[in-house]
Amino acid sequence: MTTDRTSGDAPPASPEEWRPSEHELARRAARSAQSRRGIAIAVTSSVVVIGALVAVVVTSSGWPVVRDTFFDVSYGRQVLPIIFDGFKLDLLLVAIASVCIAVLSMAVALVRTSRSPAAAPFRILATVYVDFFRGTPLILVILLIGFGVPALNLPTVSTLDVTVLGTAAIVLTYTGYVAEVIRSGILSVHPSQRAAARSLGLSNVQTMRHVVLPQGIRRVMPPLLNDFVSLLKDVGLVSILGVTEAIQQAQIETNKTFNYTPYVVAALLFLIVTIPLTRFTDRVLAKSIARQNAQGAA
Amino acid sequence: MTTATPLLELRGVRKSFGTELVLRDVDLVVPEHTVTVLIGASGSGKSTLLRCINQLELIDDGLVLFDGIDLADPRHDADEIRQRIGIVFQAFNLFPHMSVLDNITLAMRRVQKVPRAQAEATALDLLGRFSLADKAAQYPDRLSGGQQQRVAIVRALAVSPKLMLFDEVTSALDPVLVNEVLAVVRDLRQDGMTMVIATHEMGFATQVADEVVFLAGGVIVERGAPDHVIHAPRDPQTQDFLRRVHEAGRL
Repeated sequence: MTTDRTSGDAPPASPEEWRPSEHELARRAARSAQSRRGIAIAVTSSVVVIGALVAVVVTSSGWPVVRDTFFDVSYGRQVLPIIFDGFKLDLLLVAIASVCIAVLSMAVALVRTSRSPAAAPFRILATVYVDFFRGTPLILVILLIGFGVPALNLPTVSTLDVTVLGTAAIVLTYTGYVAEVIRSGILSVHPSQRAAARSLGLSNVQTMRHVVLPQGIRRVMPPLLNDFVSLLKDVGLVSILGVTEAIQQAQIETNKTFNYTPYVVAALLFLIVTIPLTRFTDRVLAKSIARQNAQGAA
Repeated sequence: MTTATPLLELRGVRKSFGTELVLRDVDLVVPEHTVTVLIGASGSGKSTLLRCINQLELIDDGLVLFDGIDLADPRHDADEIRQRIGIVFQAFNLFPHMSVLDNITLAMRRVQKVPRAQAEATALDLLGRFSLADKAAQYPDRLSGGQQQRVAIVRALAVSPKLMLFDEVTSALDPVLVNEVLAVVRDLRQDGMTMVIATHEMGFATQVADEVVFLAGGVIVERGAPDHVIHAPRDPQTQDFLRRVHEAGRL
């Protein structure tokens, strides 16, 4: 152990000259064999499971009827433009609602997490608000606001279009959910981060804005996206007030012919938006995690 | 001191991150019951070398032989290997959502399937040995850095590893706390634990090392007994490094 051994006998090979040794090649072969086996298992099990599901559906006695009344391609093409018009209204409502929800829920979350004594009454109000709107079914809130507010015969508010009232109901409910998600993100940031920021002379607000929120929001991005996708679908509920968006439009078309293909068309339109959105957000998140964390195989 | 098969042997280990070559042709022999200390500037590859030993990093080439078995071979179960190699990190890496006792007993209970009562008895025994018995119910955030690092050492020891790796375990601690952690490592040496230690504490290295290895730019530049490498280095790079350490007042 105490003998001198220096490895400076031969000059080490430069990166360009390096050739993997035999045992490294054997390890690589073993690794790719493992991954080939993994892929083979994945493909086989997928084919078996999906094949079995398709087989069960297609061989069922009612399949020919279902195929004709739900998957009528030519009828689907025919109603697509009119349902798409309705879908554009859905997208517009989502765009407006999500901005309102983002602003309001951030405000509610900040009020609920603030510790200032002056904010105490607002904290209580915010808590009551969240309890009420998170605990009431969305469809009831839409009905109560959509039919209740016009019946009040208030000056401006009662003359608002049901589309506006329905969207307001959705905003009120979703603000309750999203505020709680944001609050949990804020609370998940370790107190030492706040201490570090305050010790640099940042004010409470600056600490929130530059240190706590960026970390907290990033951590709750998956649940926030979840809520966004959910919002995209729930916006269709304004149809119960008689707003002709995609689902209502599909219902109108279905009632004309008793063929349900328009519903499937509407479903596909929603999927075309939600699936890429989910994949995109997953990628953005994975990148930001990879950028901040150390490498490692474990 | 020397035995027939060394407990750990590295042959021609090579590791790169992207285009950056971090370790190049690293050979290391660690016989059982010996302590090998890795020294070198930050970024010289000490930490990467330790992480390559317990397969937290995959190596590009070379052999990592533990009891004569190549750990880098994907046909071995890495989880099974890691049970026999404990590692202690610079940043403690305790689980903040678990009490000290749960941190220590987790692997015993979940991996080794030791009954909870028995695992806790073992943990309390170890905690007592390192004068931490009163901290068993605390959460890591409530402890001082030195206490946290000692808990991390106990956690690694709890699964009875045959080899312990220490990755600059005192770098995040003040001098008083450094001593309380290093005392633990000295105790382990007395017990005959085989260890590979990356450190900047040259005095400590002199005391515990059977072999000191100086790394620079991912290559082993000089190695030998501490008296030779630390107090009478021959390679100009080692001399330069130790002079700078000396100027920084750490020798």
